[in-house]
This record gives sequence, C-alpha cells and structure tokens, in this order.
Amino acid sequence: MIPVEFRGYAWRHAGRRAQAVTGVDLRVEPGERVLLLGPSGSGKSTLLAALAGLLTEDAGDQDGEVLLDGKSAADQRGRVGILFQDPETQLVMARAGDDVAFGLENQAVPRGEIWPRVHDALRAVGFPYGPDRDTHALSGGEQQRLALAGVLARRPELILLDEPTANLDPEGAQGVRDALRAALAETDATLIVVEHRVADILDLVDRVIALGPGGTPIADGPAARVLADHGDALAAQGVWVPGAPLPHRPGGTPGDTALRGDGLALTYPGAARPALDGVTFELRQGELLAVTGPNGSGKSTLALLAGGLAKPDAGTATVPGERRPLHRLPARRLATRVGSVFQDPEHQFVTATVRDELAFGSKQAGWPKDRIDARVAELLDRLRLAPLAEANPHTLSGGEARRLSVAGALAAAPGVLLLDEPTFGQDRRTWGELVDLTADIRDEGTALLAVTHDRDFAAALGARELALENGRTAGEVPC
Amino acid sequence: MPTDSTAPAAPGRWRTVDILTCAVLAVAFGVVFWAWNFVWAGLDPVLAFLPPLKGILYGVWLIPAVLAPLIVRRVGAGLLTEALAATVSALLGSVWGVLVIYQGLLQGLGGEIAFAAGRYRRFGTATAVAAGALACVAATLFDVVVWYPDTALWAFKIPYIAFAALSGAIVAGLGSKALVAAMLPTGVLDRFPAGRERARI
Amino acid sequence: MLTFAPVCGPDAPIARANPVAKLAAVALVTVVALVAGDWLTPLLLLAAMLIVLPFTGIRARPLARRLRWLWLAAGTVVIVNALFAAEQTGRILLTLGPVAIGSGALLDGVAIGLRVCVAATAGVLVFATTDPTDLADALTQQLKAPPRFTIGSLAALRLLPLLGAEWNQITTARRARGLEGGWNPVRRTRLFASTMFALLVGAIRRAGRLAAAMDARGFDTEIPRTHAREQRMRPGDWAVIALAAGAAAAAVAVSVAAGTFTV
Ligand SMILES: Nc1ncnc2c1ncn2[C@@H]1O[C@H](COP(=O)(O)OP(=O)(O)OP(=O)(O)O)[C@@H](O)[C@H]1O
Ligand SMILES: Nc1ncnc2c1ncn2[C@@H]1O[C@H](COP(=O)(O)OP(=O)(O)OP(=O)(O)O)[C@@H](O)[C@H]1O
Ligand SMILES: [Mg+2]
Ligand SMILES: [Mg+2]
Repeated sequence: MIPVEFRGYAWRHAGRRAQAVTGVDLRVEPGERVLLLGPSGSGKSTLLAALAGLLTEDAGDQDGEVLLDGKSAADQRGRVGILFQDPETQLVMARAGDDVAFGLENQAVPRGEIWPRVHDALRAVGFPYGPDRDTHALSGGEQQRLALAGVLARRPELILLDEPTANLDPEGAQGVRDALRAALAETDATLIVVEHRVADILDLVDRVIALGPGGTPIADGPAARVLADHGDALAAQGVWVPGAPLPHRPGGTPGDTALRGDGLALTYPGAARPALDGVTFELRQGELLAVTGPNGSGKSTLALLAGGLAKPDAGTATVPGERRPLHRLPARRLATRVGSVFQDPEHQFVTATVRDELAFGSKQAGWPKDRIDARVAELLDRLRLAPLAEANPHTLSGGEARRLSVAGALAAAPGVLLLDEPTFGQDRRTWGELVDLTADIRDEGTALLAVTHDRDFAAALGARELALENGRTAGEVPC
Repeated sequence: MPTDSTAPAAPGRWRTVDILTCAVLAVAFGVVFWAWNFVWAGLDPVLAFLPPLKGILYGVWLIPAVLAPLIVRRVGAGLLTEALAATVSALLGSVWGVLVIYQGLLQGLGGEIAFAAGRYRRFGTATAVAAGALACVAATLFDVVVWYPDTALWAFKIPYIAFAALSGAIVAGLGSKALVAAMLPTGVLDRFPAGRERARI
Repeated sequence: MLTFAPVCGPDAPIARANPVAKLAAVALVTVVALVAGDWLTPLLLLAAMLIVLPFTGIRARPLARRLRWLWLAAGTVVIVNALFAAEQTGRILLTLGPVAIGSGALLDGVAIGLRVCVAATAGVLVFATTDPTDLADALTQQLKAPPRFTIGSLAALRLLPLLGAEWNQITTARRARGLEGGWNPVRRTRLFASTMFALLVGAIRRAGRLAAAMDARGFDTEIPRTHAREQRMRPGDWAVIALAAGAAAAAVAVSVAAGTFTV
C-alpha cells in the first residue's frame, strides 16, 4: 500500500518538442482503485510509466516530481507492478514459469517460496499451460494472462494496468477481468488502471481521473459522480461515457463481387492443427464484412491469405480481372488491388515519419503530388495526428499507431481493404472518425473486410458477419 | 572532413538498456556471423588463386566491436558485444567451435584499444576506423597463430592481415559509422548519447 | 528456422551436467589442442571425444548434421597451410606449375585441420546440449558472473528464434505496401539491405522495451537476486572435468612418448 503523489509533474519524451503530460497534481491514497481515462495520446501510458519509475532522465525531461510513499519512483520499483499496453514486449524469459519467477528472483524471494508463488499466480490468472510452456508460442490473450501473473506474483503494493484487455475476445477479456477481480479481492494494493471502454471496468474501481488532450487532469472523483457531473464534457473529449449514443452508418446495397476466397486453408510450420481450414467467402463492392471469433480462431490468418500475403496450403483468393490468385501477383500490382492493415500496427510501418507513412501508398500508386498532399492533410487532421506529422511511427502511443496504420491503407484507396482490428485502443472520438472514414470509403464503393472483436464497430456500420471458430466458418449472418 | 564528436565520458554503471542493447546487437550479429561462416567456406574455391584475399571478407565479423561502443559509449561495450556475438554463433553451430569465443574476446579487445586511446570521449570516424582495423588485426593475428602457423610470412601472413585490416577499417569502421547515422532518424538511439543531438519534433 | 535444434533429449546425461563443468572440460581440451602443434595430440583428443559419445546420450544423426560443415572448414585449413607453407619440406607429392606440395607441409596442414575438428566437435558437445537458461544460472551461481550481464544476455537470447519471424513480418509488410524486389537483382539487393536494416533497428527497439520490462520487475536494484533454479557442482560434474583433464594429459603423454609432440 503506497500513497501516490504527483506534484506539478510534467514530462517531455526525448525527441519531442511537446510535453506528453503537464501540470499533474494528484494524490492517490493507499488502497484506492482508480480508473485513468483520457483521449488517445493524452499521456495515460506515460503517467503509468512515471509511476513505475521507468521515466529516467535519459528518456526525456521532467518537471515537478512523482513520489511513492514520499520517495522518488525510481527507487520504489520493487514495490510496483505494471502491465504494459503491449503484452508481447514484456515477457522476459523463454519459459512461462521462469518468466513469472524472474520478478521474484529480483525481489530476493527465497528459492523455496518462489515456485509455489509462481504456480499460484499462473492458476489465479487462468493460464492454460504448465510452467514449461514456451513464451513465444502464445496467442495475444495468453501472453496477457502470463504478463498479469508476472505482476501479481510479486505482490506489488501498487498495481498499474494499461488497457489489460485490449485485443482480447469478449470472453477472454471477461476472463482476465474476473481473474483480476479475484486477485484484487485478496490484496489491499492500490490500483490504477487505464481503459477506454469505461463500462467494462467500472465495477473494479471507485475513483475516476480523466486527462484532457494536453495531458492535464480535467476531472477527478468518485466514478459515478464524475460520469454524472462531467459526462457530456468527457464524452466531447473522447471518453467512452456509458450510455452516450453511438453513430449509425448502415451501408447501401452491395455491388459486384470484389474479392473471393475459395476453401482457404493454412497450417503454420510446426503447428499441430491448421490455423485456417477451408474457409470460403465473397466480398462485394460497397459492403463491410466483419470477421469475428475467439482469440486464435484464424481471423488474422484469413486476412493474410485473403490479402495475398501468404501462400495458402489449399484454396485461392482472387479478384475479378486478375487471372492469377492474389498470392502470386507481384507486390506492386497487388498493392493497387488490395490493401491490408495488420493486427500489430508496428509490423506495417515502412517509413520513418507519420507523413511519409500516409503518403506512401498513394505515391506508389502514382498519384499527382497535390492530390497526395490534400489527402494526407485531411487524414492527419481527421485522425488527430497533425501535430505528430514528423514523428517516427514507432514512437506513437498505442492508439495513435493503430490510427496511423489504418489511415495509411485508407489513403491509398485500393478497391479492396482488409483491416485487422482497426479500432482497438481508440477513444470515443477517434473511434467515431474511424467509423466515418470507413463508412465513407465503403459508400464510395470500396469492399471492406474487418477482423474485429469490437461489436459496436460492426453494429455501427451495419456489417455482415462471418464468424470463425477453430479455423472454420461457424456462421454467416447479417449483423 | 568530419570531426570527432566529443561526448561526456561514460560515467558509472551500465543501465539495463545498455546491457540489453549490446546483447540484442550480439544476438542479431551472431546470426549474421553464423551465416557469414557459410559465405567464408563457400568462397574458398573462388579465392583459391589467392587465399590471403580472404582477409577482405573479415570486416563483417567485426561490426559489433565498433557499432556497440559507438551506440552505448561505455567501457567494454565492444568486448561484451563481440564476445557474445561469437558465443551466439557457437550456439548456432560454428565450425570454429569454442575457439570462436576466444577469438571474439580478442577481437573485442582489439576494438577497445582504439576507444580507450580516445579515453572513451572520442567516437568519430577516425576512432571508428581505427577500432575496426585494430579488431581485425587482433582477429587475424589469432588466425595466423592458431590456424595458419606453417604458412609463409610474406606470401600469406602479412598480406592476409593487411587485407583484413583494410576490410575492418572500411566495413566495420566506416560501416558502423554509417549504420549509426542511418539509425538516428529512426529514433531508436534517443536514449543514448549518440541520439541526443537529433532535432526535436 | 533459427533455433538450436537439440542433439539430445533433456534427460540425456550430458544435458544434465552442470554447464560450467562442461565449459571447463571443453576449455581444457581445446587449449591443449591449441598448444600442441603435432598431428597425434588432436587425433587422440578427437578419439577420446568419440569414445565418450555413447555415454552422453547424444543422438548420432543430428550430431552428424551439425558437424557436416566442419569437414569443409578443416579441408580449407589443410589446403591453405599446405599450399602456403613457409617451405615445402619432405618428399614433393604434387606439382602444379609453380605450386608444389611437400609431404612435410601436408602433414603440418593435417595437424591444423585436426585442430579444427577438435574445436568444432567440442563446441557442439557443449553448446548443442546446454539450455541457455541453465548456462546463465550456472554462470551466475558457480562462476559468480555479474547477474545483470548474464541475465540481460539471456533475455536477449530469447529473441533469437523470433528473428526469423520478424524477418517474415517485415517482408510481408513490404509486400502489402507494394515493395518487392522481383527479378531485378539491383532492386532485390537494395530491398534485402533495407530489410536487414529494418531488422536491426527493430532489434534495438526491442532491446529498449525489454529493458523497460525488466526494470519494471525490479531487475536493476541493489538487492542481491535469488535463483529460482539451483545449479550445483555434483560429483559427476567434477568427474567430467577430471575426465577431460585426464584425456588431455594422456593425449600429450602418448604423443610425447611417440616422439611427435611439438608446440
Ligand atoms: N517513446 C516515445 N517517444 C516519443 N514520444 C512518445 C513516446 N511514447 C509516447 N509518446 C508521445 O507522448 C504522448 C502520450 O503518449 P501515451 O502513450 O502516454 O498516450 P496514451 O494516453 O497512453 O494514448 P493511447 O490511449 O493511444 O495509448 C503521445 O503524443 C505520444 O505520441
Ligand atoms: N506465425 C505463426 N506461427 C505459428 N502459429 C501461428 C502463427 N500465427 C498464428 N498462429 C496460430 O494459428 C492460430 C490462428 O491464429 P490467428 O492469428 O489467425 O488467430 P486470430 O483469430 O487472429 O486470433 P486473435 O483474436 O488473438 O488475433 C492460433 O492458434 C495461433 O496460435
Ligand atoms: Mg497508452
Ligand atoms: Mg488476430
């Protein structure tokens, strides 16, 4: 149990001119459960990193101070546990059990106590494998659980969680939240959690702190009161206030076939079962097909094969007017027919600035310069990336990176677009912009396939649904 | 003529990010080393007319010994990275077996001499070139003593070392300098002294 | 894929020996092979390794696959040393224009070639049978190596199998964005180079994030770490070292007795 205090705190990341957070004066009492809200890019992850003592002077410039139990955060790392926004980068060891044990070794827990605590933590988060499981052969959801076990096993007095359920399927997310609830019931640790979808997490917290777009707190207090008193203002800033109306942009009548997948199948090397096992679908101009299903059901694999980016073991993906299947088209040609957005945005970036990334596709397609500039300017503005135009894509916040990768594909405007989880990590406002942008290009006749766990997104766009399970089609229904 | 940049002497203890950066560079280059072993073996018949010319391929093996110190600017960075990269290539299966680790240590030391001569304050082109050449000389000295002891001094040993030193100066020295310059705009060096001078956005 | 394909099961005797003991044994043998200049010593050392092989639990086929390249390297060394020998001693065996190879020079070359064989075989015996985690544990526990450096290196080593996957991701991303070398060799080379560079930059970026993840779990504090897995020097491990020392001494003794030993 540690009291947390920010005094006139401000932080500027190295390489950036603007401060990520400024004027933060906050106190969190021991044992409080706090939800940290704010639009994408407002500095939520930055504040958590500061509390975890990870923002040292070599990483940027600091004003004011952040105190844990009256002492500098960097000296209190042993008492804090943090779950990062991106689970993939926080696993340290090659085996699951060693990874959980790593944090305990650092705390000088005696050997006899380490393994019982490791087993307890793995059980508490519902990790489905034993401690010898390879950490690089885990799906996103499993990584998240393991990372959470690594945090809880250390019995931290301050728990920091950054979007603990982003990228999980709805059941998986519920599972992680249940694990969390059970773990929290057993400790009186202080909790600070970041989550965009307020409704999901509200029962775990008793206080809400909202950051404004500039990284300064704009509302603070008991959850119910903050949402009641400031609901409208927060919604305008981009917070997902429960009950606020969502946009509705159903599509018109779809046109001709734009992409066909016939019996697509793929087994990854060394895998026991096929990731995709004979899926057939048709995508038409001016429609949105939402691909849904639990974690690991083969959705991303389907997107990869449909986009001609991997060679299927069986089946073909074709577009009208091309005799060859997509995976055999030369890249230049492929890029003019089909655009793909990957699940992990960072895997997609090929240039060194946000602006170049947006201009890249249309440049390849040979657009005239003024048309490229106009489109880039529009996207920068609508997706709130304009101040970051010259930044490196890899230094963006989670939500910013997602928007950039989607916008990069939208900018090139090929006839078919395949989007893998286009809306994760977005605040309410940028989410709305993404819905509108998607609806706009759909209504211009583009055929869209979106892999998504986001029911609101599919509903807002009136998507047709293709449900997958274990690599097979589980159902095809209009949403 | 580019001038040597002066940076504050590397003070105190290594940060975790320094250790990890050296180690990750070593892993990446360990794979390169391992692949380069095949190039080295494969080019044998081609270079059979003048075996000392093989020294020219050497530079690639010395990049970590120069690149790592240029990035993290700490005492021993070249030694650590080069030796670790050699170990990784041994883990992957190197024809030179454990000996490649001894050699890695020696190469790393060779590079360190150049940085130590600049008291770990000079990380310019001249230092990088010297480090690459010295690391190569250390490596090929080991080679001629251990692997080619019976060859003639002037027909093989001297030209072999000379070719290798040239290769080290160009590939490892200038190459590392160019790599660092190319990495600057990517922002990965922001937490290191080398990345500090970049313009803010 | 880049993984250390193991040449033995996890329960093989050699896999369970203390890594530090194995390293010490191999260091002993290779140093002797380095110092000895004759052909008999390395040959005996090689024979000794072949003799212990059946007791180690190593499977023959993967071992042979691993050692395949060794013969090539050994061959090179023999040729270079014979061709460029300071003087072609002994009976001239072969003349090709200006090039001549004498029997003495060839024998010296073979000695060096055997040295390569010893080094490579010993390397496979220790590295292909050691789990990196065990190695790091033993280095910190038995040799008191600085834990921040050993554990940091171990964490980086975990990225090794991921490099191949990362490479695939980068090329897939490029294909999606319309970048591909095609048949043009210049374009292909340039794309290859830029993919390598992207991989390197990605690796350094990962290093930074991994460092943050480790620090966040209390890695960089003054508290002395404990060890979840204990590594000990058991009597068997001492025996491994003693055996290596014995074999090395015997090889040298035999070679001295036979009158071939030189340094
Ligand atoms: N390593 C970094 N280098 C430079 N700038 C950064 C870095 N990390 C974050 N930023 C910038 O700091 C600001 C705040 O980022 P932060 O990640 O804290 O936002 P966030 O509120 O967590 O957003 P999201 O909801 O999208 O995750 C953003 O403008 C981001 O671009
Ligand atoms: N590169 C890979 N190598 C081996 N197996 C893989 C690879 N990528 C995915 N898999 C496996 O293939 C299956 C399908 O994976 P896929 O990524 O398509 O799932 P998904 O439906 O997109 O899941 P999520 O909702 O978590 O993104 C999973 O069991 C996964 O573990
Ligand atoms: Mg964030
Ligand atoms: Mg997926």
